[in-house]
Amino acid sequence: MPANPPALAAAHYLVFLKQECHTCATLEPVIRMLKAQLPGLRIVVQDEPAYLADLGAEHDNTLALSFLHQIEVTPTLIRFEGDAETGRTDGWVRAEWRQLTELNELGADQREMMPGCGSKSHEPGVYERLVARFGESGLVSRPIEPGEWDDPMEICFERGWTDGLPVVPPTDERILRMLRGTARKPQEVVGLVPPNLAECTVEKVAINAVMAGCKPEYMPVLLTALEAALEPVFTMHGVLCTTCSAGPIIIVNGPVARAIGMNWGINVLGPGNRANATIGRALQLIIRNVGGGRPGEIDRATFGTPAKYTFCFAEDETDPSWEPLSVSRGVPRGRSAVTLFQGDGVQQLIDMKSRTPEQLTRSIAAALAVVGHPKQALYVSAMLIISPEHYAIYRDAGWDRARITRELHAQLLRPGRDLVVGAQGMGEGIPASKADEMVPKFWDDGLLIVRAGGDAGLYSAICGGWTGHRHHDESQPVTKEITD
Amino acid sequence: MNSTLVMRDPTAETSPVLRERKRLAEGTRLDQLTVALFDIGKTRGDEFMDRMEQLFTQRQIAVRRYRKPTNTRTAPVELLQRVAAECQAVVVGLSD
Repeated sequence: MPANPPALAAAHYLVFLKQECHTCATLEPVIRMLKAQLPGLRIVVQDEPAYLADLGAEHDNTLALSFLHQIEVTPTLIRFEGDAETGRTDGWVRAEWRQLTELNELGADQREMMPGCGSKSHEPGVYERLVARFGESGLVSRPIEPGEWDDPMEICFERGWTDGLPVVPPTDERILRMLRGTARKPQEVVGLVPPNLAECTVEKVAINAVMAGCKPEYMPVLLTALEAALEPVFTMHGVLCTTCSAGPIIIVNGPVARAIGMNWGINVLGPGNRANATIGRALQLIIRNVGGGRPGEIDRATFGTPAKYTFCFAEDETDPSWEPLSVSRGVPRGRSAVTLFQGDGVQQLIDMKSRTPEQLTRSIAAALAVVGHPKQALYVSAMLIISPEHYAIYRDAGWDRARITRELHAQLLRPGRDLVVGAQGMGEGIPASKADEMVPKFWDDGLLIVRAGGDAGLYSAICGGWTGHRHHDESQPVTKEITD
Repeated sequence: MNSTLVMRDPTAETSPVLRERKRLAEGTRLDQLTVALFDIGKTRGDEFMDRMEQLFTQRQIAVRRYRKPTNTRTAPVELLQRVAAECQAVVVGLSD
């Protein structure tokens, strides 16, 4: 083997190693031989600064070199001629190392092939940080640069980006990580967000998702929830501006709920689950930040509700006898979907004594009858969240979703004379012209039923709907399949 | 600059584009104009507008009535254009 083949005169080499990589350690004799044979060899070590220091190895402490050369595996050997890369091989494939170095007896005592290890530049969360620091992020949103002594959390408050709770500062690395949760292009426009009808790109969704505390895998749910909120018939503009308390409630169905670890069980409507908490919050932050819908400004709610911080949960689909909400609204079984309902906070119904479906239906209907106002009819919708123990009473009697819905509507048909303005000594009520009619409380499709909650508890929960539902064809809940 | 903590703006980065609303010239008298009474569609908005119409009419000010199909959405462009074509001043009516 020639000591210094003529072909190598113009070539130089770069090899990336990691001490903790078994293949790199095994190849140490090869590296030492290479250094002796190839004066133009530059050795870069990712982890241990002292490793191969006697060969003049450089420590890539910031991983800048590894990032700039797009190293995915250690070892990686790269050949250059002038400034141009003319070949590379990763891991140990003896034939390839020999071909690249033109050292035909290289590694004769090594196995023919050994896989390498992952580069430190591709460890979880690291690559996006390197892109943010050394690369082109591709992000186009306006950069906000805190001063040396500024607290980024306080800057988020000062700029009015938060719902009153702290947000995660939306740094480039976090945004880039979030964008990996969707195949959509960052500059794709998802829609126009009310009230300002401002364009909302996937990048803006990702920024607000970071701030809300989402994980990247929540992005398909969040993007679909946003699209549902922007459907004209959801009337997000009105839901935002209204003096009523309503906000968008997100119900998630299908395999995605399990995949991202959503809660449909104990404390389903309460705190404690990251996906439940942050997806709902992200949607609210998008409306606030991108759409400009700020409480006290164009959000004119008299009371509001804690549910306007976030309200998102999954339906319990573990009982095969129960038809999921999304399926009842046209999404094929087994597909993931979101349903957005314009609703208020939670009213719990306690019925621990009813043992027949007829008794329970009367109980629930009595609680539903007062939604909005006891004497109002066809004015608001409602969502009934039925617990496993309450549902078991129906299931054991052979009642399915359709039967429960039908029987509840039947129980909620009331004599108009009891509901008209002035009746029962109350000013509120339906027009006097309805006095001789039997009046339904809700539109036929105005009662959404979801099965969720802890296994123990003969309770159900009711979320009153928004008064916009009185315009039946103008304002409705929206269900949308998640296709990302 | 705290280079590790450069953040990105989560907003639309644009102030809401407010329409320029021309002020009427000084000295303009309402009784020379037609005033639109624009009901945004809230419950009992008609009662408010009925009273407004009564007050304007008592002062010999011409009025025209308009109503959004629903308070839940912005007004249709055609309706806004009709108001702009037929009136010179607008009262946008709330009921809350």
